[in-house]
Amino acid sequence: MMASSYNAKEDDGHHPGASGPGGAAANSKKPDNTAFKQQRLPAWQPILTAGTVLPAFFVIGLIFIPIGIGLYVTSNNIKEFEIDYTGIDMSSPCFNCSQNFSWNSTTPCKCYLPFSLDQPFESNVFMYYGLSNFYQNHRRYVKSRDDSQLNGDSSSLKSPSKECEPYRESSDKKPIAPCGAIANSMFNDTLVLYYIDPNGTRTEIPLVDKGIAWWTDKHVKFRNPGGSNANLTASFQGTSKPVNWNKPVYELSTDPENNGFINEDFIVWMRTAALPTFRKLYRIIQRKNSMTPTLPQGDYTLEVTYNYPVRSFEGRKRMILSTISWMGGKNPFLGIAYITVGSVCFFLGVVLLIIHHKHGNRSSADIPN
Amino acid sequence: MERLHWVRHRWQQMVGVDVGRGWYSSAAPLSSKSPLDAQEPPAHRLTGKRRTVVARCGPNQSEYHSVCKGYPGNSISTTKYSLLSFIPKNLFEQFHRAANLYFLFLVLLNWVPVVEAFQKEITMIPLAVVLTVIAIKDALEDYRRYCYDQKINNNSTSVYCGKQHEYVDRRWAEVRVGDLVRLCCNEIIPADMVLLHSSDPNGVCHIETANLDGETNLKQREVVRDLPQQGSEFHPENFSSHIECENPNNNLRRFRGYMEHPSKTRVGLHSDNLLLRSCTVRNTETVVGIVVYAGHETKAMQNNSGPRYKRSKMERRLNVDVLWSVVILLLMCLTAAVGHGLWLNSLKDPIYLIPGDPPPALAGFYMFWTMIIVLQVLIPISLYVSIEIVKLGQIYFIQNDLDLYNERLDTGVQCRALNITEDLGQIQYIFSDKTGTLTENRMLFRRCTIAGTEYPHHENARAQELYEEPAAEGGCSNTLRSRTSHRSLSCRSLSCNRSSTSLNTLTRDSDTHSHDDAHPTLTRGAFSSAMECVVVPDPPLQLKLGGLSSPLAPPLKQNAAELSHILDFFLALAVCNTVVVSSPTQPRHMVQLPVPRTPLSTLEDMKLLLQKLSLPRFALTSPTSANAGAQPNTPPQPSLTRRLFARGRSATFTPNTPPDPRHATLAAGATTPPPPPTAPPETSPPSRLALHPHASGDHNTDTDEDDDDESEEEEQRLYEAESPDEAALVQAARAYGFTLLGRSPEQILVQLPGTGPLSVPLLHLLPFNSARKLMSVVVRHPVTGQVVLYTKGADNVVMDLVSSDAAGGDRTGQQALIKEQTQRHLDQYAREGLRTLCVAKRVLEEAEYETWLKGHMSAETCIENREELLLDSAQRIENNLTLLGATGIMDRLQEQVPETIEALQKAGIRVWVLTGDKQETAINIACACRLQRPTDKLLTANCDSKEACEILLAELTEEIRHCEESNGGTDAGAAESPEGAAALGFTLVIDGRTLDWALQPDLEKAFLGLTQRCRSVICCRSTPLQKSQVVKLIRDTLRVMTLAIGDGANDVSMIQVADVGIGISGQEGMQAVMSSDFAISRFKHLKKLLLVHGHWCYMRLANMILYFFYKNVMYVNLLFWYQFFCGFSGSVMTNSWVLIFFNLLFTSAPPLVYGILDKDVSAETLLCIPQIYKSGQDSQAYLPSTFWLSMLDAFYQSLVCFFIPYFAYAGSDIGVLSFGSPINSAALLIILLHQVIESRTLTSLHGVVLIGSAVFYYAFGLVFSVVCVTCNSPTNPYGIELHFMSEPSYYFVSLLTTVVALLPRILIRAFCNTISPSDTVRAGIMDRLRPEEYWTCVSQWKDRLHSKNVQSSRLPPSNLSINADPPHSTDCYPEACSVLS
Repeated sequence: MMASSYNAKEDDGHHPGASGPGGAAANSKKPDNTAFKQQRLPAWQPILTAGTVLPAFFVIGLIFIPIGIGLYVTSNNIKEFEIDYTGIDMSSPCFNCSQNFSWNSTTPCKCYLPFSLDQPFESNVFMYYGLSNFYQNHRRYVKSRDDSQLNGDSSSLKSPSKECEPYRESSDKKPIAPCGAIANSMFNDTLVLYYIDPNGTRTEIPLVDKGIAWWTDKHVKFRNPGGSNANLTASFQGTSKPVNWNKPVYELSTDPENNGFINEDFIVWMRTAALPTFRKLYRIIQRKNSMTPTLPQGDYTLEVTYNYPVRSFEGRKRMILSTISWMGGKNPFLGIAYITVGSVCFFLGVVLLIIHHKHGNRSSADIPN
Repeated sequence: MERLHWVRHRWQQMVGVDVGRGWYSSAAPLSSKSPLDAQEPPAHRLTGKRRTVVARCGPNQSEYHSVCKGYPGNSISTTKYSLLSFIPKNLFEQFHRAANLYFLFLVLLNWVPVVEAFQKEITMIPLAVVLTVIAIKDALEDYRRYCYDQKINNNSTSVYCGKQHEYVDRRWAEVRVGDLVRLCCNEIIPADMVLLHSSDPNGVCHIETANLDGETNLKQREVVRDLPQQGSEFHPENFSSHIECENPNNNLRRFRGYMEHPSKTRVGLHSDNLLLRSCTVRNTETVVGIVVYAGHETKAMQNNSGPRYKRSKMERRLNVDVLWSVVILLLMCLTAAVGHGLWLNSLKDPIYLIPGDPPPALAGFYMFWTMIIVLQVLIPISLYVSIEIVKLGQIYFIQNDLDLYNERLDTGVQCRALNITEDLGQIQYIFSDKTGTLTENRMLFRRCTIAGTEYPHHENARAQELYEEPAAEGGCSNTLRSRTSHRSLSCRSLSCNRSSTSLNTLTRDSDTHSHDDAHPTLTRGAFSSAMECVVVPDPPLQLKLGGLSSPLAPPLKQNAAELSHILDFFLALAVCNTVVVSSPTQPRHMVQLPVPRTPLSTLEDMKLLLQKLSLPRFALTSPTSANAGAQPNTPPQPSLTRRLFARGRSATFTPNTPPDPRHATLAAGATTPPPPPTAPPETSPPSRLALHPHASGDHNTDTDEDDDDESEEEEQRLYEAESPDEAALVQAARAYGFTLLGRSPEQILVQLPGTGPLSVPLLHLLPFNSARKLMSVVVRHPVTGQVVLYTKGADNVVMDLVSSDAAGGDRTGQQALIKEQTQRHLDQYAREGLRTLCVAKRVLEEAEYETWLKGHMSAETCIENREELLLDSAQRIENNLTLLGATGIMDRLQEQVPETIEALQKAGIRVWVLTGDKQETAINIACACRLQRPTDKLLTANCDSKEACEILLAELTEEIRHCEESNGGTDAGAAESPEGAAALGFTLVIDGRTLDWALQPDLEKAFLGLTQRCRSVICCRSTPLQKSQVVKLIRDTLRVMTLAIGDGANDVSMIQVADVGIGISGQEGMQAVMSSDFAISRFKHLKKLLLVHGHWCYMRLANMILYFFYKNVMYVNLLFWYQFFCGFSGSVMTNSWVLIFFNLLFTSAPPLVYGILDKDVSAETLLCIPQIYKSGQDSQAYLPSTFWLSMLDAFYQSLVCFFIPYFAYAGSDIGVLSFGSPINSAALLIILLHQVIESRTLTSLHGVVLIGSAVFYYAFGLVFSVVCVTCNSPTNPYGIELHFMSEPSYYFVSLLTTVVALLPRILIRAFCNTISPSDTVRAGIMDRLRPEEYWTCVSQWKDRLHSKNVQSSRLPPSNLSINADPPHSTDCYPEACSVLS
């Protein structure tokens, strides 16, 4: 719109010669009598008065309260269990492991945390690890990666992006794969869950490590160099493992579909969290059949291979078990917020109604004062 | 964009002329300081203020090379760039804008590794976009200029070539200083030339300066006097004189210099010798001139100043708020910097921290800069570009308003200043000229007084009133010519570029003028419609005059002196002017004077006339001898006149309905005796001369006396005057038989009753000057042969100069009596609202004249301060005058002026009238246009000294106070408040002299205090300088928005000083229009321009600006809140492209539509209830409080928009960009819906743009998240939108956020609009009513205002005390509400 009007003006201004005095009638400068030019376009004139607004408030109230209740109920139906295994307390089983830490310790330190679930977890259970006070969203941290390297680009594999500095090349001048601070600080605790039968037998609960990453990440964004069927060891030849890692990237898993850059644990880690307290999906516990709950009520033991240091920055590590709903994880906030806003709107609607009765009727017939 | 032009223009001025050289201007190296100069005799460039010009092809050829080589050639180049220099130069210029520098600074900042926030290319996008857009625009503009320049430069003209010894055609670009150029009729002058030869026997030529200043009347130029070869064929080879003149300057009306002939005699050169570039030669076969200024040095080019640049009030306010934004930005950055430092400080070796970070303090410092990059959007840089676009849109609508279109002139409103539209909505004071602004400026001779006797011209008045009807509908004949000039003007106004303007019209004119001439252009110039100005003679006067020539009515002895006065009076009217006579059938070809220079009447005849008429010693005249003398003389005359006009008639004598019959019927209707059938001239020659006393009241006799042809010629003679008054006076004189037939620099051809054409030798013409307020001619009296000075001018001036002790005993008494009576008549005229002019004469003794002449000649030839010397010289001769009489000229009020003024006053605008007219005239007009109501009390201020003035001002103030106390005095506050004044109504009338005193610094305050208590102020007898002083005083001291409106050259200074200058494209040329910001054609258009367009523009722009600030703050704060959760590390949760484009693309169009199309109140309501205008005057829409409230709202909304998603996703596995996705979309929805709430009108266009923006955003996000796999490293959006938009939580979060964010504003709006709506809201509600309800509402509103006027009990805030009328929205609705509205 703007452009056309501007041009019209320009034309007016610069080619008046075209309209000589001869064709005065035809070339009259009389403006066109169009609705647009005379600013008479049909228009809706919303004037917000109590009378016009109050239906909206009631409608919002009426819509929001049921939504809120629905969300609240949904959120409440989600079962969630959380256990902190940082090991800060002397009493904590992981206290010892947390004290002596080294990235490259060859002997894994293991600790066992017993816990019990009061209620059975019915549907698929998602197992998360949670970190607190971990600023994965720090600007320089977020930047420190090379997406093309992760996408399997061979040149980037050999010479990673500068953004990865100082985790770009190892001390022996080999390019690091995967480079960058994010990869370097990858979470490397191993969590194993055991169910303790009432009779005392310990059963390892099968944890599925596939499907924890986004489909797009796994299949498009992250690719191993040299294609999907190549020998990873060969592909990563000439690169170095990240400084803090124990093993190179091609040994992350034994499953060739889940190894190298397309290892889902790695992919999940690489999707940096928005907030300093976050959880990341670790494993999925799939429901076996509809008859038995996925995680029955009872005692469990969490076996932690304690590798990841968080005490240096006063971080915390947690393990979370949660079912999910169509709304995602457990969060009563939205439901409560909807209910509150709906109620407030309803209340304001009533207030507006009163105001409308006191003042509004004057506005049409005779204008106030 | 306008600002850009301005900057560029200024820059160009600074850098100098050579910057303007384009790629094709190969000629004319500008090295004026060439070595040649050094060898030059120092005399030539002694002062550096002069230049010497010699002919290029003449005897001085060698000298030419040394002197004139250095002057630039005539090729012009107004382009700024060449192909090569475009990019660097354009960039250089663009980086003169603060906004671009800011962008550049950010880009550079982003290159510093430690502070880098985004990828480098992303921060460059805004800059690149802005630069590219402007560069493209500049390039196109420049190319267009280039084309025009080429067209101009390639025009051909004939230049004398020394080699070929003849005139050859050359391109304009090849013309050099010193060239001799020959031009034919209707050719355009290629450079400033001194006129050396004209085919006209009198050595004059006529030029039309319409291309230069829009004035369409002919200006006369004369050949340099005393040229050796004058008269004969001009031989360029023989021209060997030097010309010494000023260096180029831009003063169109001044040219000083002298020509030195080989004989060492010097002849003064003045502006009458100069032919200006881009003017057109008219009425002259060929002229030859020598080029003195060429190309860019010509006056036309030097006057091509850039576009007008004014900063609007709102823009100043805006800049303050931009600074506040900067402060907010710095605060936010500082917070982040400190926060980052502290956060780092508290950390102990976390694994997520990259080693090698600087110490916390330094890191905090870096963070400060990083944050500036991240939060850059807070400074609404794109706001400036948006405002310019919005203003263009607003102007587009103003110019397309049908209500502001004048059918007769075929002009609408012209917006010449592009950036002060919103000022129209904030005007508090209007300063109006009277003549031509409030009135038509179509002067009609109404009555006169001669020698103390009043001649009321009743018939004339009646005829003119009768005429008004046809004039209203049939007046379009007047416009044919003016239409072209208006068109040329409008194109000048519209094109923003610097110089293609006048050149543009120039080419256009050259294309069309032939076409134009083919038209039977009936009317041109100031005053030429014959119908309108025919004067019906007053019977008694006719009778007396008849006695002059008629044998049947012997003149009474005692009347002889009076008769001589009458004769002199009319002779003065006919002679003392600068009117150019032309005949319509040959448009623009001036009527040529007959070759013989001696009077046509025989010596014998002349003697008789002498005897009969003038002097007391000839008082006893024998009627028979007069008769006998006159009669035989008649036969030659018709033939002579025929010869005179033979040329005119040979050209197609079109039957363009002679206005005569129409008038005849009118006159017949007005007078009792029907016109007698015309007697054929052959049968009764005496009747041509004899005015039958019994029929003398009838004008028909006057015309019927002449034979048919003659009368037709008579009627078609056109008078082109510089001012309409002159034309009216000449017409009046003609009605009494004193017909001006033609003029040349040396003589004036007049026809007296009873004589044939008489040549009156014109000795001198002292042109009108606003300091003298007089215009005089010195002529040799055709009858007595004496040297006589005729003067006409403002009555007060003339009255002062009239001699009180003229020679001759009883004549003194008679003079005093005449003076006294004339004064009485003058006062009466003024009361009737007539413009008055006094006519006086002075008979000069030969010796006296000789002495004066000597002094005058030396003044004329002087180069330095010639003006002052000429003024002195004029004053030396213009004294000791004999008063002849005075005239009253009527100037009709324009249509709807009273209504307009009333509406403007109701809108709280104070209207001042500044006029040069007499006090009584001014008061009369003020009453007529309801500036002063019948109930108003009139205060007049006239005093002679400063002390008296001081006392007077105090007295008047006291008087007002007194009146207020006694009248409305129940409330003490009422007396203090201006409402008191409004209810009572005071009108101050102050005259020029008193104004002078009052404007002095120590009395200013008292004067202002007084004027603020008055509803209207009329300044009469004010000079142009005073006008601008008054405007300046009010504007600067009271800090109010002023508007000046005028139509003439005398209003130019006022128009330029005022915040908004409005020119009326009227009769008095185009100077006012050229200097104005807006040009309208009628005063009544002011009403809609201000009340509707002004209000709209103001509200639109104010709301748009506030919205823009809100939008930026709201969005940027989202990023800021995030810093609290990322260790103040400068992370963003949004894809950086989206971040940059959010302002640039997704939310840029809606505010534009909002700023261009929003309409809070309909035009009808705004016109019905002018009081709504006050909301703009008080800047209600955009106050500091409104700004801060919208900032607050923005903060609130951003808090909501950030923290609802935050709490909804806290602790979950959400990723950085996934978190940003709902926040972004919620922000977009909030920002768009916010505008819906704010808009008062939503048209389909709004819908398209709003929905389009949202769709664009989502489309962009989706496409980006699908396509971009590895791009855009830190904020790679791959899969985010896709993933998230498939999740219901995304929609629930967005919905909740949007509703919560917008709730308070909706609520407050609803509360305010219901409980105490502002005027605009109430008017908006009214607009939605059904018609009948609407009208009851309007009347109720008016009633309420009226009743409040009477009560007027409330004191307004002190800073608003300038509002005359009571504030409308009495009950104080909370400030907050008004601010939100």
